[in-house]
Amino acid sequence: MPKLTINGTEVTVDAGKTVLQACEQIGIEIPRFCYHDRLQIAGNCRMCLVEMEKSPKPIASCAMPVNEGMVIRTNTAKVKKARNGVMEFLLINHPLDCPICDQGGECDLQDQAMAYGLDRSRYTEHKRAVPDKDLGPLVETHMTRCIHCTRCIRFATDIAGVEELGTMGRGEHMEIGTYVEKALTSELSGNMIDLCPVGALNSKPYAYTARTWELVRTETIDVHDALGSNINVNARGREVMRVLPRLNEDINEEWISDKTRFAYDGLRRGRLDQPYVRKNGKLAPATWKEALSATAGAITGAGGGSIAAIAGDLACVESMTALKDLFDQLGSPHRDCRQDGAQLDPSVRAGYLFNTTIAGIEESDVCLLIGTNPRWEAALVNARLRKRYLRGGFRVFSIGPRLDLTFPVETLGAGPETLEAIAAGGHPFVETLSAAKRPMMILGQGALARADGSAILAAAWRIAVTCRLVRDGWNGFNVLHIAAARVGGLDIGFVPGKGGLDVSGMLDGASSGKTQVVYLLGADEIDVRRLGSAFVIYQGHHGDAGANRADVILPGAAYTEKSALYVNTEGRVQQTKRVVFPPGEAREDWSIVRALSEAIGARLPYDNLAELRQRIERAHPHLAERGVAPGAPWSSFGHEGRMDQAPFRSPIDDFYMTNAICRASETMAACSALYVGSTAGKTGTHG
Amino acid sequence: MSAPAAAPFAFTPANVEQANAIVAKYPQGKQQSALLPLLDLAQRQNDGWLPRAAMDHVAAFLGLAPIRVYEVATFYTMYNLRPIGRHHVQVCTTTPCWLRGSDQVLDACKKRLGVDVGETTPDGKFTLSEVECLAACVNAPVAWIGDDFYEDIDGASMTRILDDLAAGKQPKPGPQVKRQTSAPVSGAKTLKDA
Amino acid sequence: MLSDKDRIFTNLYGREDWRLAGARKRGDWSGTKEIMAKGQDWIIDEMKASGLRGRGGAGFPTGMKWSFMPKKSDGRPSFLVVNADEGEPGTCKDRDMLRHDPHKLIEGCLLGGYAMRCRAAYIYIRGELIREAETLQAAIDECYDAGLIGKNACGSGYDFDVYVHRGAGAYICGEEMALIESLEGKPGKPRLKPPFPAASGVWGCPTTVNNVETIAVAPTILRRGASWFASFGRPNNTGTKVYCISGHVNEPCNVEESMSIPLRELIDKHCGGVRGGWDNLLAVIPGGSSTPLIPKAVCDTILMDFDALREAKSGLGTAAVIVMDKSTDLIKAISRLAKFYMHESCGQCTPCREGTGWMWRMLERMAKGNATVDEIDMLLDVANEIDGHTICALGDGAAWPVQGLIRHFRPVIEDRIRTARLKPLPTAAE
Repeated sequence: MPKLTINGTEVTVDAGKTVLQACEQIGIEIPRFCYHDRLQIAGNCRMCLVEMEKSPKPIASCAMPVNEGMVIRTNTAKVKKARNGVMEFLLINHPLDCPICDQGGECDLQDQAMAYGLDRSRYTEHKRAVPDKDLGPLVETHMTRCIHCTRCIRFATDIAGVEELGTMGRGEHMEIGTYVEKALTSELSGNMIDLCPVGALNSKPYAYTARTWELVRTETIDVHDALGSNINVNARGREVMRVLPRLNEDINEEWISDKTRFAYDGLRRGRLDQPYVRKNGKLAPATWKEALSATAGAITGAGGGSIAAIAGDLACVESMTALKDLFDQLGSPHRDCRQDGAQLDPSVRAGYLFNTTIAGIEESDVCLLIGTNPRWEAALVNARLRKRYLRGGFRVFSIGPRLDLTFPVETLGAGPETLEAIAAGGHPFVETLSAAKRPMMILGQGALARADGSAILAAAWRIAVTCRLVRDGWNGFNVLHIAAARVGGLDIGFVPGKGGLDVSGMLDGASSGKTQVVYLLGADEIDVRRLGSAFVIYQGHHGDAGANRADVILPGAAYTEKSALYVNTEGRVQQTKRVVFPPGEAREDWSIVRALSEAIGARLPYDNLAELRQRIERAHPHLAERGVAPGAPWSSFGHEGRMDQAPFRSPIDDFYMTNAICRASETMAACSALYVGSTAGKTGTHG
Repeated sequence: MSAPAAAPFAFTPANVEQANAIVAKYPQGKQQSALLPLLDLAQRQNDGWLPRAAMDHVAAFLGLAPIRVYEVATFYTMYNLRPIGRHHVQVCTTTPCWLRGSDQVLDACKKRLGVDVGETTPDGKFTLSEVECLAACVNAPVAWIGDDFYEDIDGASMTRILDDLAAGKQPKPGPQVKRQTSAPVSGAKTLKDA
Repeated sequence: MLSDKDRIFTNLYGREDWRLAGARKRGDWSGTKEIMAKGQDWIIDEMKASGLRGRGGAGFPTGMKWSFMPKKSDGRPSFLVVNADEGEPGTCKDRDMLRHDPHKLIEGCLLGGYAMRCRAAYIYIRGELIREAETLQAAIDECYDAGLIGKNACGSGYDFDVYVHRGAGAYICGEEMALIESLEGKPGKPRLKPPFPAASGVWGCPTTVNNVETIAVAPTILRRGASWFASFGRPNNTGTKVYCISGHVNEPCNVEESMSIPLRELIDKHCGGVRGGWDNLLAVIPGGSSTPLIPKAVCDTILMDFDALREAKSGLGTAAVIVMDKSTDLIKAISRLAKFYMHESCGQCTPCREGTGWMWRMLERMAKGNATVDEIDMLLDVANEIDGHTICALGDGAAWPVQGLIRHFRPVIEDRIRTARLKPLPTAAE
């Protein structure tokens, strides 16, 4: 480990670190614009110049590797002069339009100008004006403000893996752009807004809607996919104004997908803000009392054997637990949290988790994708796979549709035929997988949500065993979920009890009249036409498919409006926080079930959220620990059987339209029209 | 900065062959190195300018993302991203040429062609440009037309060159005064009997 | 004065045949195999002993540069890259070597490439030199046909290829790291150092970038001996050098002369003197546009070499002498150079991208007197804010001429400003 001297202080740092990192290690702040610790080093802004002994010129500390015996000075007049100069150059052509700039208040240029800038400009020549670029519905540009740090280009090229941004021209006429006016085809494009150190790239949906200092920030988690990305939701009054990523190295690092970031306008539209009861064939506004009594009446009238409950993809652990408890009390085993009919085996936790963990991907050397399009099902798992690919020595194979995942994927086949060949040991890929040091497999819902899903799961299990995907300190077997609710639902057993019907059975029952009451806990992604003449209760937050079919609507809270537990695809328990109150008369979901239980006369034994959580943790001790993915014991799962030869296809046809919130979002609708409408075929991400 | 639309572009069979020969000069897998020469080849095939279709064709030919080609095409001055006159008259006006009268040369061009710098004559025959140092400073002033340098020019000789080109004649490149390349005008003082 | 027998570039003016037959008559390609047989270490030691310093402007000792290349490959091939992207205003020497003496360069590529254990040489020639590239390629083809390069070059048992790579119009590609980027098919934006090219250059392989003249003189040095070459010029400034004298001399020309020749002798003997006589001299830019100008008083006695010119706060650079007589509007002359640097800045790093244009705009105003005297200090301050703060030397090269102007001719600028202020309004700016 090299030892160097910085401002007279000796410091020992890891080899391969830069001078800038060494300075940070001892608490010396080095100003910078182009440097970002997750991007390749560019060294172009020159703000981080420091003096190095024996070097006649100051050096860019962000780009200089540490060396034994280096003597660095960061506090000399020469360094100060250099920084002042760079700051002056950055500002001469900057519009200084901070009062009307959305970046104002959280702008690196503004902040550093306070520290290193002059209080007036010496520049009297004409300022440069740069035409704005059209980068699509998410990223707004003000290119005159651009300081050419190229962070956006490096993000797009390296992290997002879309080579669409570059520098055009040269010298003072150099511009960042796409040359041809085109929206960036990335699910991660919003991160460039965060990376931009100035107001050149701003959020288009958020533009001019708030100033940063008016916002209340709440640290919470996302539910638009099954990753539980850590986010910071900014609100003003009762409105969510924007969503930003929050650092979590294990899950999302410091990125989030465009859906996570931009679907929030869906929280304001199409909301269920009061109870409804269907009267004379029409849904009519009702009081809570009317709605609960209508619900209680229907349930009591039908009796335990003919009532069924389906939990949707956004349901929290608490509401599912309460509903399950209620159904237990009513004697109904008919409950399911697998709207899509995924043949997951709830009895073995390792059989439905992403056991490798997302961060664990970085240690893998061979990855087999089975019936999954991670780019659309879990954009940040895909980003992690790409990150691993860029480091080299990583091969990705796929059984399923050909995909553009931003890194090379070798397609082995389209469906179960290939899977069976590998499981049977006759496929040449077996050798590759067995020879790998850290082999992993990602099984998508596209392979499981089908009639032969259980047989496919069993075949995948056989591969995991024969190719030793599970070994000392390594579990390479992974199920990639797409629903935030799913692992929590499986964990607490929101699956058919003894003799209970699964979703398909319930819908059959409803069609035939055998199932008389169906309770939809935010379930919108089922075929509502198959609900027949059943009495349908819809508890949820959006007037989507389920609510339209409902006989009673019980308005619930969205993920930003309640404190609730979710378990991500890795089995990591995390908690949302209430950012704003639910609209109108909408209530937190667990309390709706609790109130209903009272109306039915089957009062649930908890009076507040804390008691409910205690009940959950008592029944499922592993849910007590938050934020970690401790893994689960390996065992056998799946049921051997005949496999259909139909090829796998990803369950997601449209990244931007996967749940009721997205479907209510104008921003997501614009993205869907633009990207899925026109480019799906071209990018190949669409099965 | 976006390019005007244009007809589809593809290398001619002869140019495909030449392009492949250029690619072969570089190590395997380093075909991006051929980008600059291939853009030149495409430009020569396309009347001296590069439409977007040509850039996209070169990108596809080399297996590159188009943005990497646009970056290069907009960075280097020899790529013309708009249609260009039959004769691209590029007059050097950097200090060594300026010291020896490039202003007069440029004025003569403007007068003879009736266009300003950056413009193309209505008949599409000439485009006039001002360029930076052409590395022929001891033969200043210099103008670059087509593939040749015209050296030791003044207003009169420049006008004569343009007259010739307009008349479809090929003027003699090199020094426009009696002089052997970069030797002193009165004759070499060294290497006389080498 | 250097005698013809001691000139390396005996076909500088193209009076004779540039082809292989002509080149052989001038002594090229004679005994190449035997030189190679003396071994790589011998070649590098001889180059070191000759005292040759890079002829592209920076003047780094060539033998030492060659010795930085790995002696044992780690699996990656090594490359020699010849910088023929000549474009520093005032400089036009490489052009003559490329079109009139290409075989010296090609033979130099083989010997240098062999000494550095390179697989191949890539000659990066600026795009505008179309005819020169044609000549060079034809010469290379001749060499392949004659078995001088390619497999078993010159019968030495060593395989070595030489390729021509044409640029496309960008002065910055004369900077070695930008040249490497450009050779890889990218915009010519200089890479950061470290890593240095000898560790990781073109395509991530060990690379040495040398100027045309540096490589082209190597065969003659190796044939005639280091001591012969070192006998010209002063210690640390040895050898012969091709000078380019442009501007206000009676006979601008290229000429090969001894290093350390007095500037006045160079101009008087080879260029027919300053236009209007020596006393009509105002200033000289001694080593290409990047080097600060020196006023007549300095020109009277200065020697043309690295050390003398550095002492005079200028530099030998490419030895491209731009002569300006008393009729010259120096502010405009330097302003035009500032415009050149603005035009050629790659735009990558802040001080150069923003500062070059600022300097030019100020100088343009100053040339018209449309400025205040205080702004001269501000201009100098801006130049100083660029100097030394950029990724590559283009920023320095842009700042130095401005610094030189203010250092030696501040009163001229002050005068211009004051005179303009005395003129009746509002036509002060012409």
